[in-house]
Amino acid sequence: MTDDPQAAAPPRLKAQRARQLGTFAGLLALCIVLWAATPHFLTVSNLLNVLEQTSINAIVAVGMTFVIISGGIDLSVGSVLALSGIALAAALEGGVPAPAAIALALATGTACGLVNGVLITFGRLPPFIATLGMMSVARGAALMLAEGRPISGFTEGFRALATGRVVIVPAPVILTAAVYLVAHFVLARTVFGRATYAIGGNEEAARLSGVHVRFHKTAVYGVAGLTSAVAAILLTARLNSAQPTAGTMYELDAIAATVIGGTSLLGGEGTLVGALIGALIMGVLRNGLNLLNVSSFFQQVVIGAVIIGAVLIDMSLKRRR
Amino acid sequence: MTGEARTLLQMRGICKRYPGVQALRDAELEVRAGEVHVLLGENGAGKSTLMKVLSGAVQRDTGDILFDGQPADIPNPAAARRLGISTIYQELSLVSHLTVAENIFLGKAPTRWPGVVDWKRMRLDAARILESLGTALDPDAPVRTLRLAQQQMVEIARALTDAARILVMDEPTSALSEREVAQLFATIARLTAGGVAVVYISHRMEEVFRIGQRVTVLRDGSHIATRNIGDVSVPELVKLMADREVSDHYPRRMHARGEELLRVEGLGAGRHEVSLVLHRGEVLGIAGLVGAGRTRLARAIIGADPVEHGTIAIRGRPVRIDSPAAAARAGIGFLPEDRKQHGLVLGLSLERNVAMSHLGALSRYGLMDRRAERREAETAITTLGIRTPGASQRVLHLSGGNQQKVVLAKWLAAQAEILIFDEPTRGIDVAARHDIYVLINAVVAQGAGVIMISSDLPEVIGMSDRVLVMRGGAIRAEFSSQDVTDAAVLQAALGMAS
Repeated sequence: MTDDPQAAAPPRLKAQRARQLGTFAGLLALCIVLWAATPHFLTVSNLLNVLEQTSINAIVAVGMTFVIISGGIDLSVGSVLALSGIALAAALEGGVPAPAAIALALATGTACGLVNGVLITFGRLPPFIATLGMMSVARGAALMLAEGRPISGFTEGFRALATGRVVIVPAPVILTAAVYLVAHFVLARTVFGRATYAIGGNEEAARLSGVHVRFHKTAVYGVAGLTSAVAAILLTARLNSAQPTAGTMYELDAIAATVIGGTSLLGGEGTLVGALIGALIMGVLRNGLNLLNVSSFFQQVVIGAVIIGAVLIDMSLKRRR
Repeated sequence: MTGEARTLLQMRGICKRYPGVQALRDAELEVRAGEVHVLLGENGAGKSTLMKVLSGAVQRDTGDILFDGQPADIPNPAAARRLGISTIYQELSLVSHLTVAENIFLGKAPTRWPGVVDWKRMRLDAARILESLGTALDPDAPVRTLRLAQQQMVEIARALTDAARILVMDEPTSALSEREVAQLFATIARLTAGGVAVVYISHRMEEVFRIGQRVTVLRDGSHIATRNIGDVSVPELVKLMADREVSDHYPRRMHARGEELLRVEGLGAGRHEVSLVLHRGEVLGIAGLVGAGRTRLARAIIGADPVEHGTIAIRGRPVRIDSPAAAARAGIGFLPEDRKQHGLVLGLSLERNVAMSHLGALSRYGLMDRRAERREAETAITTLGIRTPGASQRVLHLSGGNQQKVVLAKWLAAQAEILIFDEPTRGIDVAARHDIYVLINAVVAQGAGVIMISSDLPEVIGMSDRVLVMRGGAIRAEFSSQDVTDAAVLQAALGMAS
């Protein structure tokens, strides 16, 4: 009758780092294969291109990671992205100065997220249902606002958000890095971050311990809306156009990036570093398959298989622990 | 039911050890065909374990089971059913969206040819069985539309399709109205008239005398006595259930009762209301049977469940507690019975769990003070003697006793002065129990007040300065540590005049 049956079990951090290392090894292996397969992959311009293309999905995945760590899911991020983009474009078109239009877009996304959160916490709807509804509402609102057509043509100054470069690094890459740094800090160092993990790990225990569950849970969905809006700004600037149909299926890419990065859909664990690596794996894969002239139909098959394979490997590693 | 009824089942010398607990030692049970045999004992006396052994849910360590005079091996529930032993647990196990008939024949539907269910015959057979039970349930009604008592009938009907010869019923009347109880007893009478034996587990004395022919009393996992109902009285049964050597493994302490810490007045919902007072330096025990409303009281005090009326005052000042967060701010900590479900986030580290109760105090402008967080966790590990490789260990990997210490650490770090323990030592082995008792005494010595809900009579009596006894959602008796006895508490808990 020993008191600590598994005293030798590895501390949490070590195990988590080991898993992240595994995902990172997967990314490296993928890069090596592509480097061997095509001379066009490992060039500075192509790698920067991959990073730039990945930035949108990577930013949406930040909010998704918060939500999934808290034990929920957000299906509305793609539609909220579209609505935020249209709000931004409509404001710019109407002559609103760019900073104010950007603030409006961020507020739109955050508000959609908070509505999700309130429906889930105070309305007690399952996250799947609440955000499924929001997915349709936000998409419809975007289409109505834009009257079904894209809104195009913005100032150079605004477009610099996507086209600008610092030395050779594209602005979106720097913006993505900034989003990740801030979000990582929030998750690791703040009360909000602690609460997010606690709620996802065991909501009732967190509540009985005095954690303000409703407040924090609502805020988590607000974060998802906010990062969708950031992605919308970037996408609008890059395309010089906001489409009401933008962001379709982005929720699935974001979920995929998050789970490839080792975040459990059951909640309570996961990291942003993992989500970033997950998003990069998907970006590199798409880029590589394009360089290899793989048909876009078959690309989908490969990407689906990679998602399933990554989670299978992750789960079998977890079981062995 | 007198004379030489045939012995159907004999269990002899049954022993079962769980980690840290000897659940059964030389337990015995002899059941005759056509009798209702009542199994009596306190919470934790071993009734459920003995029935689990009989139904194949757990394996005995030693001992013999004779069924129909033949040695029987019951390695799993299916083997028990093949022998004709069916168990109806408190939590019913029906599939709620299937019909009555489908549930009765779940997994053994009559077929016309392989794989094709003979619905007509199934409905007819179901109707016939239900009728034999004296109930007129519609075989086509979905189970979810039935009342609990009716669902119980479906369970009984299902047991009969297994050609049950022994039916074990675990507190079947705990959620039934008086009329439904009468109907259940009528059904039981029909069954026993047909030669089926019923093993009936209950706490309710009046039922014992109303329905039973013989009674077996268990205490601390051992067989104490088997009597004909006609030959015993209520006080005699209570004495058989409670009488024990009061062991001295509860650490003594000097009690210095201080100022009033917590005053609860008329707290509750509907007809139920509870008032109590807790002082500094005091352990207030709350005894009662499972379902007496003790946990509900604790959850009402900490604002986890809504209440309709009542007031709470802390150190003489009225406070409004409408959420566990408000309770935590007011200095009330709750240590729930089910630590894994309600007390801890198992996947998180020890230090994160400790910090969870007072994130506000550990942070400034929403930013965690990680050094303070670590320092607190390490202090807790030393002062509470938590055995762990470190503060970053996931609590999942800790033993039950150490997990309980982490829950305690959580509230001590939050500087809670009012600690409510719900079954503080459930699932904790003997050595670690002693640690918990010593810690409870230590926090009380430092001026905290402890409310200890416990179904373990020796524990609640051995640890408390005062004992309140609850039954039916209300406090029915209060004892001081001088005049409390097992028998008196048990009588109050069962609701009998002493």
